[in-house]
Amino acid sequence: MNLAVRDLWHNFSRFLLTCIGLGLLLGVVQSMVGIYRGIVVEGATMARAAGADLWVVEAGSRGPFAASSRIPGDTREAVARIHGVEAAGSLTYQSVEGLHAGREIRLYLVGYELGRPGGPSAIAAGRNIARSHYEVVLDRRAGVGVGERIKLGRNYFTVVGLTEKLVSSGGDPAAFVTLLDSQELQFELAPPAARRELARGPGTATTDTVNAVVARVRAGVPADLVAATVRRWKHLAALTEAEQESVLTRSVVERAARQIGLFTVILMLVSTVVISLIVYTMTLDKRREIATLKLIGAPDRRIVGMIIQQALAMGLIGLFFGMVMVNLIVDFFPRRVVLLLPDGLVLAGIVVVVCLLASTISVRYALKIDPATALAG
Amino acid sequence: MMDAVPSLLVELRRVSKHFGDGAARVDALREIDLAVAPGELIGLVGPSGSGKSTLLNVIGCIVEPSDGSMRLDGDQVYDGGWLRGDLRRLRLDKIGFIFQWHNLLPFLNAIDNVAVVLDLVGVERGEAHRRATELLDYLDIGNRRDAMPATLSGGEAQRVAIARALANEPRIILADEPTAALDSQRAAIVMDLLHKVARERQAAIIVVTHDEKVFDRFDRIVRLRDGRLEDEVRPAAPSSGGLL
Repeated sequence: MNLAVRDLWHNFSRFLLTCIGLGLLLGVVQSMVGIYRGIVVEGATMARAAGADLWVVEAGSRGPFAASSRIPGDTREAVARIHGVEAAGSLTYQSVEGLHAGREIRLYLVGYELGRPGGPSAIAAGRNIARSHYEVVLDRRAGVGVGERIKLGRNYFTVVGLTEKLVSSGGDPAAFVTLLDSQELQFELAPPAARRELARGPGTATTDTVNAVVARVRAGVPADLVAATVRRWKHLAALTEAEQESVLTRSVVERAARQIGLFTVILMLVSTVVISLIVYTMTLDKRREIATLKLIGAPDRRIVGMIIQQALAMGLIGLFFGMVMVNLIVDFFPRRVVLLLPDGLVLAGIVVVVCLLASTISVRYALKIDPATALAG
Repeated sequence: MMDAVPSLLVELRRVSKHFGDGAARVDALREIDLAVAPGELIGLVGPSGSGKSTLLNVIGCIVEPSDGSMRLDGDQVYDGGWLRGDLRRLRLDKIGFIFQWHNLLPFLNAIDNVAVVLDLVGVERGEAHRRATELLDYLDIGNRRDAMPATLSGGEAQRVAIARALANEPRIILADEPTAALDSQRAAIVMDLLHKVARERQAAIIVVTHDEKVFDRFDRIVRLRDGRLEDEVRPAAPSSGGLL
């Protein structure tokens, strides 16, 4: 006869409400873990989208995502000539604000050379850029459809294609334009400023700069070997794809991970306190029943088992409610939330530990209950 | 199956119990000698603070005596110290309790409130239910076997509580004011049941009570005052009241 289940069943509505409340709390914990996973995925998404084996950036920089990097536009030709490089392409990255239907949209703008590495990895709708000017491929998150126009800088761009889940580490949807358009956006001046620059006379400044050159190496050629060759040029640095992802994880995601991790720990502590209080209150309510059980001869393990089983049932059912809730609302989060089964299992393990910890106060209390209490009027 | 019944089921020899020491010492029981035979229904009476509850707790192995010796159902359980390690198991095997407030577990129905005792000793569920049903029928409450305690009347709940006390076939039954929460008619029914149990099951039943209306149901009434066993009365006829 399982006394824990029978007691919970007897107070089913109260137990259900408690589980739902706890589920909301544990759902937030799961969301936090999912948001962290989302940041990790999104942080690496842009780097992976380039499909590059090698990143060539400014010397001393770990750019273009973790630090600023600016290199001459003709670097791509030099990189493309290195032995083992199959293809190379210049890229620019910048955050811009576009205007669509009177709504400002923050975008992560990528300028790339048509037909070279660095463009959108997959087109979910529409087509890739075909013209050298004023066409853009946007991520769906921007909320702009194919064929619509969006204002970037002083020009209108036609959306010709859409990508899926391609966002920056900051969560901004990606926008791909040609390299020339991106350089124009980066360096074009407003008319008064342009007139002033013209009045200053021709200078030595050039607009043919890019943030990085990406390269694909031939099959069988180690990317490290090509990177070592690039590093011989003192004005350049080279990172392999693995190094780039590592930089992103450490520099871009680590702080967010610590922040979310700390918040998650606080939430788990709150959960522990909440479960402790609920289980303790339930034990207080059963003081006479526990005394009666002791008096009629129930061993301590039976009473301890009842309390622990109830705490575990509450925690795990609450976790289940939380999982259902988060899965139902996951698409409504403004940023990507990645829910992984291993994370769920780890959380379930933590919930079990938390429930056991939360039960200790109640167990101690129950063990101290004097059987004679049952005889008191 | 019942083992051979010893001639005395409860034997207390010079049992004392005091709480605190020095100036704060309270002598709750002073050298109590008490013997209860199988089939005997004993009433334990006395004013508040006389030691009735302490004596019941001592016999129920809930409170440890300070001195003396005690034998329950033929086993020496106390002689200057507990002689049994697992007192809870001792209670489970030898003693049934009936409370003033029935103390049924509110989350179990009537039959499971009885079967839980059998479950504690490892009786298989089906057999436990069969025996619980038999007991409920024996106490004329079988028709309410599936009722939850909250839906039982005071008298019905107390009968279920008696069934629970009998579930493990204990030879000693301790009842703490079992009729206090009942009207006189239901109190009489409960006392008749206890009388029947004592006779038919050869159990020793000790009942703490203030209820003079039920004194005539006892074989013997033991009166306590200031922790001492003052006297014993054998009611000759019903409604002998006035002892207090």
